[in-house]
This record gives sequence, structure tokens and C-alpha cells, in this order.
Amino acid sequence: MVQYTFYFLSFLAILSALMVVVSKNPVHSVLYLIITFFAIAGHYVLMNAQFLAAVHIIVYAGAIMVLFLYVIMMLNLNADVEPHKSKWLKFAATITGGLLMIVLIGALRNVSENAAAGLPGNDIGLVKNLGRVLFNDYALPFEVSSILFLSAMVGAVMLGKKEIK
Amino acid sequence: MNEIPLLHILFVSTALFFIGMYGFFTRRNIITMLMSIELILNSVNINFVAFNKYLYPDKLDGLFFAIFIIAIAAAEAAVAIAIIINLYRSHSSIDVEDADELKF
Repeated sequence: MVQYTFYFLSFLAILSALMVVVSKNPVHSVLYLIITFFAIAGHYVLMNAQFLAAVHIIVYAGAIMVLFLYVIMMLNLNADVEPHKSKWLKFAATITGGLLMIVLIGALRNVSENAAAGLPGNDIGLVKNLGRVLFNDYALPFEVSSILFLSAMVGAVMLGKKEIK
Repeated sequence: MNEIPLLHILFVSTALFFIGMYGFFTRRNIITMLMSIELILNSVNINFVAFNKYLYPDKLDGLFFAIFIIAIAAAEAAVAIAIIINLYRSHSSIDVEDADELKF
């Protein structure tokens, strides 16, 4: 059952990721990207990271994708805005990405799997354990990320304001 | 619970990474390029969580890396959207080929 769910979610994620890249209309790209994010959140749940799945859905599907959709609607983009792309560029991108992917998969294929499959607690990814470790071992990165958000906010406001002449 | 091989998860994340890379190379629309970057970051997140679960199931470091990557991606998206709006205001286009003042 878990296996079937995993393969279904992988299929869904890869298919909709391909549609993100291929589809001409940016709004369709955003909607397919939301499907990809939900499939990835399902992967997180299968890997015992329930809190991370919730955060992923809230931040990506709830915040970032809404921001993208707003901007696309505000700038009034649609399919005929999409510029012409040259065949050579597509060809080169396919060669580059495909070759690197083949190399990586070939390197991964022969790896002996000595994974410690020892007793994964099912509740390791719940918010209680995560919060305890976050505020003990990861307190400094947590605070630093708040500074990062502050600077990102200031930067976004400064970049977005109208030019004062 | 452990009947999914680690390699299959790695294959999925590799595929997502290179789909994102292909999108980054081929699209000239700057918003779609940003979406490709989000795909790449997510494939890295899957790798972190998978390695955390399969190699160190009693630790949480991979999950925290994934959470911080999500936070950084949110900040990056906000700044990038501000830059895109500014670019659209000055060039009336979000094609990356149109913003070539610094090219030569």
C-alpha cells in the first residue's frame, strides 16, 4: 500500500513538473506546480516528516504560489506573451540536462545500500520533537533566519516602491 | 514502512532536479525561470529528508535543513517578485532577453 502510494506520488510529481516546464501559459505552469508541491508533501508524509509536509504546503502552496499568481495576473501575462525560443537552445538544454542526469543515475545505481533501517519512530517528525531540537540545537540559525526575513522584507519594499524623482 | 528503496526516492529527486534545470535553460519568461528554481530547491529538500530518514532515523538534522531551505526560498521569492515588478515597470516585459543593458 505504501509502495503504491509512493509510486503514484512520484509519477504525479514528475508528470506535473514536466507540465510546468512545457506548458506555454504561465497560469497553467503555476497550477501544475501546485500539484507538484502537493505530491512532494505526500512524499514527506511517507517519510515520517509530517510537520515538514504541513509547512511545505502552507509556505509553498499557500504563500509563494499565491504571490506568483498575483504577479501573473497583475502583469496580465498569457500564452501569446511567451517569447519565441530557439530550437538550438532547447536541444542544448536537453543534451545538458539529460547527460548530467544519466551520469548521476549511473553513479547512483551501483551504490550498495547500507542504510540503517533501524527502528524509525513514526512520530519523529511531529512538532513536539522538532520544536525541542529547534529551540535547543538550532536556536542560532533560527534567529539568523529571522534577520534574513527582515532584510528580505526591507529589500522587497525598497525595490518595489516607485522611483521618487 | 521501509519497503521503499532509498534509490527510488533519489531517482525521483534527480528527475525533478533536471526537469527544473531544463526549464531554467529553455524558458525565457522570468517567472517560469523562478518556478524552475523552486523545483530544484524542492528536489534538494526531498534528498535531505530521505537521507535523514534512511541513514539517521533518530536525528532531525535533515528536516531542519529542509525547513531552512523552505524559509530561504520564501525570502528569495519575495525579493525576486519585487525585482520582476521593477523590471516590468521599466521594460514593459518580463522576457530576460529584453533586459540586456548590462550585456555588452
